[in-house]
Amino acid sequence: MIFEKVRNIITDQLEIDDVESITMDTSLMNDLEADSLDAVEIMMELEDEFNITIPDEDAEKFKNIGDIVRYIKNKIS
Amino acid sequence: MKRVVITGLGAITPIGIGKTNYWNSLLQGKSGIGYINRFDTENYEVKIGAEIKGFNPSDFIDKREAKRMDRFTQYAVAAAKLALEDGSVPLNNLDVEKAGVIIGSGIGGMETLEEEHSKLIEKGPRRVSPFFIPMMISNMASGQISMIFGFKGPTMAISTACASGTHAIGEAFKMIKEGKMDMMIAGGSEATITPISLAGFCSMKALSTRNDDPIKASRPFDRERDGFVMGEGAGVLILEELTHALNRGANIYGEIVGYGATSDAYHITQPEPNGNGAKDAMKLALEEGKIHYSKVDYINAHGTSTYYNDKLETLAIKNLFKDHAYNLNISSTKSMTGHLLGAAGGIEAIATILAIKEGVIPPTINYENPDPECDLNYTPNIAINKDITYALSNSLGFGGHNGSILFKKYLD
Repeated sequence: MIFEKVRNIITDQLEIDDVESITMDTSLMNDLEADSLDAVEIMMELEDEFNITIPDEDAEKFKNIGDIVRYIKNKIS
Repeated sequence: MKRVVITGLGAITPIGIGKTNYWNSLLQGKSGIGYINRFDTENYEVKIGAEIKGFNPSDFIDKREAKRMDRFTQYAVAAAKLALEDGSVPLNNLDVEKAGVIIGSGIGGMETLEEEHSKLIEKGPRRVSPFFIPMMISNMASGQISMIFGFKGPTMAISTACASGTHAIGEAFKMIKEGKMDMMIAGGSEATITPISLAGFCSMKALSTRNDDPIKASRPFDRERDGFVMGEGAGVLILEELTHALNRGANIYGEIVGYGATSDAYHITQPEPNGNGAKDAMKLALEEGKIHYSKVDYINAHGTSTYYNDKLETLAIKNLFKDHAYNLNISSTKSMTGHLLGAAGGIEAIATILAIKEGVIPPTINYENPDPECDLNYTPNIAINKDITYALSNSLGFGGHNGSILFKKYLD
């Protein structure tokens, strides 16, 4: 569930049509060519969706979608 | 000094997308004005505008890129793309250091500003988009064009209200004329049919309130005129050094031979009461083109359909052209397109150069009641055939900014 929600936010923000191409190993910056501004906007959307706060120092450590999903899982449990 | 020719045209207008649709509508006297659809105008004194119809950003721009652009930038990029294609510009075979971009916008990304300000009020500062600033700033139309098409010469914005587009073309003309640039993408873009902009213009009492008859609302030089109608879109031209254009076998629409820019130094919104600023802008353009005023065949007027503009622009023309003022043809294509503010000079330059190239003058529609203070030949209601060698395009902006460009038929 968390993965699907994260994936939808990312594909929506980055206008990616092939939703299935996103996996837990996908990197925002390297695979999806998101820049730092995209990353900020995606974090805002995630904060709204899951009603959490993601401090910049945490966001900077995310290497792939899996890191984001695990981080959110921890936060909301 | 180098000669400067026009080799590509791109238009996103309320009466047509692309130069051919735009030009055909101008000749047919078609109005682009109707009820504003973009938002609810219930509480507004004015409910009409000239919106762009059928514009799909993804026809011109990568979807992800388009999402990061305010509408004024989308229009500008789309018009630039059309102009480059129209001019068959060889993007892979250009000296890109000698190719630049000047796009004027009176306001910039107002819609983005409004949306993000609402987020600030409703959700707080942490929800303001990181794209807010780069989407809103008025230089981003030219910035994006430079990035997308790889032009590495000077890239800048001119913001002189309703004179922005004309000043952009004029300044680009100077860079080529002085030998610094081979090619410039130049024009104007605007997308200000938004809730707060409409409210602001309503409060100024600048707009026509003829809500019951939108297509008759923009009626420049007519005695019953009661204000301008907001329009939006973009007009972008490819300006090119003559030899550069000839060497690549480009289609040449016409030549720019003069440009005048002056200031009223008078009032924030009202024109100077003798029309001297406007007169001097036209005079400077004629001087640079080294022609006597009697050589001018056509003026694409600023002609906004406000009481003062049309009266004082007429006065300026009479003071400069003397008896010849009654011989030349004038028209205000804003009667059809509405007033595109910072983009007006862009789309009107296109109308003027096509009038020269095709030998047809687009009309001033809705001209029904002669005004004793506006007694010149405004080419009423129907396009006419006329061989044109020289034509001026005027723009006069809030802040007292005046600009006039002198176009010439291309003759070797």
